Amino acid sequence: MVPLWMYLVVSAALFSIGTFTVLSRRNGVAVLMGVELMLNAVNINIVAFWRYTAPTEVNGLAFAAFIFVIAAAEAAVGLAIIITVYRNRHSVIPEEADLLRG
Amino acid sequence: MDISFNLMPWLVPLWPLLAFAIIALTTLGAQFFRRDFQSPTNTIPATDHRYGGHHPDYEGMEVPYQPFWFRIFAIVVGVSAIVLALYFAYSLVFGALNEFGAGYFGKDGKVYASSFEWMAVGAGSFNVGVLVDPLNSALLFMVPLALLCIFIYSIGYMWHDPRQAKFFALISLFGGAMLTLVVADNLLLMFVGWEVMGLCSYSLIGFWYEKKSAYKAAVKAFTVTRVADVIMLLGIVYLWMIAGTLNFRDILMDPVVLAEIANTPAIILGSFGISAAGVIGMFLIIGTVGKSAQFPLHVWLPDAMEGPTPVSAMIHAAAMVSAGIYAIVRMYPLFVGLSNPHHGTFSTPLLLMAIVGGFTALFAATMGVAQRDVKAVLAYSTISQLGFMMAALGIGAYVAAAFHLITHAFFKALLFMASGSVIHAMEHGEHHVHEHHHDDHHAHDAHDAHAAHDDHHGHDDHHGHEEEAHKHFDPQDMFNMGGLRKTIPVTFWTFLLGGFSLAGFPLLTAGFWSKDEILAEAWKGTSEGFGPHAFVFVMLAIAAFLTAFYTMRQLGLTFMGEARTEEAKHANLGGPFNIVSITMQLPLLILAVFAVVAGFIGVPTDFPIFGAIFSPEHNYFHHLVVYALPFMENGGYEVFHVDAPAFNWFPVATSFVVALGGLYVGYLLYWRKPLEAGQEDPLIRILGQPIYTTLQKRYYMDDLYDLIFVRPLHWISRQVIWFLDKGIIDGILHGIARFFTWLGDFIKVMNAWLIDGVGDGIPQGIYDFGGWMRRFQTGHVQQYLWIVLVALLVIGIFFAISAGAVVAQ
Repeated sequence: MVPLWMYLVVSAALFSIGTFTVLSRRNGVAVLMGVELMLNAVNINIVAFWRYTAPTEVNGLAFAAFIFVIAAAEAAVGLAIIITVYRNRHSVIPEEADLLRG
Repeated sequence: MDISFNLMPWLVPLWPLLAFAIIALTTLGAQFFRRDFQSPTNTIPATDHRYGGHHPDYEGMEVPYQPFWFRIFAIVVGVSAIVLALYFAYSLVFGALNEFGAGYFGKDGKVYASSFEWMAVGAGSFNVGVLVDPLNSALLFMVPLALLCIFIYSIGYMWHDPRQAKFFALISLFGGAMLTLVVADNLLLMFVGWEVMGLCSYSLIGFWYEKKSAYKAAVKAFTVTRVADVIMLLGIVYLWMIAGTLNFRDILMDPVVLAEIANTPAIILGSFGISAAGVIGMFLIIGTVGKSAQFPLHVWLPDAMEGPTPVSAMIHAAAMVSAGIYAIVRMYPLFVGLSNPHHGTFSTPLLLMAIVGGFTALFAATMGVAQRDVKAVLAYSTISQLGFMMAALGIGAYVAAAFHLITHAFFKALLFMASGSVIHAMEHGEHHVHEHHHDDHHAHDAHDAHAAHDDHHGHDDHHGHEEEAHKHFDPQDMFNMGGLRKTIPVTFWTFLLGGFSLAGFPLLTAGFWSKDEILAEAWKGTSEGFGPHAFVFVMLAIAAFLTAFYTMRQLGLTFMGEARTEEAKHANLGGPFNIVSITMQLPLLILAVFAVVAGFIGVPTDFPIFGAIFSPEHNYFHHLVVYALPFMENGGYEVFHVDAPAFNWFPVATSFVVALGGLYVGYLLYWRKPLEAGQEDPLIRILGQPIYTTLQKRYYMDDLYDLIFVRPLHWISRQVIWFLDKGIIDGILHGIARFFTWLGDFIKVMNAWLIDGVGDGIPQGIYDFGGWMRRFQTGHVQQYLWIVLVALLVIGIFFAISAGAVVAQ
């Protein structure tokens, strides 16, 4: 059986890639894609810990299912925000949407 | 004794006082009645047609508008109040005569009186009450009648005056005050009436207060009488201190009280042998000297004619000056004290009165001789006649003084109103001349008249020359008159009767009988060798001569010959049947009757022929007042029982000679050959210019007072202003102000530095902090995420290290 730490390594790698994507990409849509990666990394983490620590319980699966739903909602809301920003400013680059700058 | 008669005296002064309140509250300053007049200032020219057009004293002046019915209302209320007062006064007088009978009225408490406690003070209390006894019933006969005549006369005299309603309010108050004084049963209430009259005389003398001379005269009258009134008040207080009451009858009818007052040595002057009665008497006399205008406080009375003529009649005859004499007659036993002038002993107050009265009678008569102003002559004659009364009181002839007071009131009221009628006619003539000679530049002319207001009393001769008519014309100057008997005959004949009465024309006029009685009393004492009687007799005889002379001079100058000016030629009262003419001449006719017949009530019984006709049983006036003041048959008080002296040919002959002689000299100089226009007074030739001017200038008394009192007072006042007011008081105030200004500045600096420093510093710090903090809010989402990441890493490392440390342990 594959040991737990391998899952965790994959998850951490995936989270790092997602974080890097979020922080480095200029395009807003790409930033959202990074966020999806980070969420899926967390899901892997949760499912892995469920399988290795408390496989008889159902709450780990429930958390994973919740995160799917939240990710879907987040994607819908995020895309809607990006579309609205694009309509107003003709740009999908978050750096240019700086109305709240102090 | 009927209770209603005891209370009725309250009703006599009530009505005029009520009329004052009603007129004053209704018509003076009643803005809401003025809806029919739209103006931002509510004033219109005083010469507006609604006020009858022309009135010389109001040229170019603005006055508050008053609708016509105010005038009517004030007249109706005022006159009806006086009619009511007259009705109640006469009910009382004749009721008393009916009930008690003339010879018994006043005896053993047979009087009408009621009183109540006014206020309790310390151990005692002040009562106010009313009283009708023989003495004031004589005044109750005279005063309301004279007042009624004056009120009727005022209707016409003030008809063209914008402030007639105010005038009626004030004379109502004046009349009410005089009646209060007459019916008062104690000195306190009497003093109240006395002072209210002082106030009214002030506002009535200054009624035309736009004229500088008028308000100055008002202030002068008020100030001079005030000096006397304060001293009189001291006398009243001292009397109250000793007697414990101010009621006339309580003091005078009680020989114990009277003897106590007369025997007590005075507080300060006691060591000079003067009793308390003497001091009280002298203080009260000084009050009278002020009120009745005796030397040396006579200076206000000639100026008092600045007021409208009805006021002069009121002050000079019906009310004010009579009040002074009445007050002394009222308190007469107090003045006499323990002396008896009929036996040659004189108390200090009596001597004072004899000297002041005798001197004033002659002194004022000499001044009257040289006056040019028609009213000034009468003013000096008033002072002179009051001197007669004062002198009579000084020699014990109080009945004669009271008699002269009554007759004088009638003929002097008549003379003043007749002279007012003359002045009114002259103003009418002046108006006529203005209208017809200066139509082309009328506006310019009116302006000039206004500008010339200030030298209203400049006595320049300008006899209607075309160019001089621009100057102000003095309608009161007798040298501008002449020939008026043709244009105003009623005034002439009544003036003639009044003047002859004043001069004491023998046998027929009232003035003769009263003056003759005074002279007879004086002669009786003289023949017994009493000095004061002799002094009074000589002074009064000369004064009576001068009186007759200046009366004739006045008659001649005013009415005889041809008109000396254009104005006099056109002088009239606007036809015989208009309201002015009727109301101004009707009172003259009434008073003329009394100026003649009033004397017949006091004809001595033993006078040849006349005594038999008019006094078959007794002298009516003596008989009436015989119980007015207390006397006891054998108790040493017989001094008050003044029987007329037995008939003596010498004083009667003297009366004849001085009256007829004075009239004849006047006739020679002014009547037989009347003055031509521009001719100067023949008296100047006889007396010489210096004496004439001295007389005309009133012996420079006014200038002397100005030098002695007014100027030093001004000087002291100026010093007080500079030193006390501006130096000390202002210095202290300025010092305090400066200190607080400095303190304020200090606090201001503190405020700016400390309070504002703290108050502004805190927000400034927060602002600066915020400005620094804002740099973190870039608006770049990814930067925020970077910060979050870094923060998470830091926290994670921190926990990792601390967890590691725990594990390591």
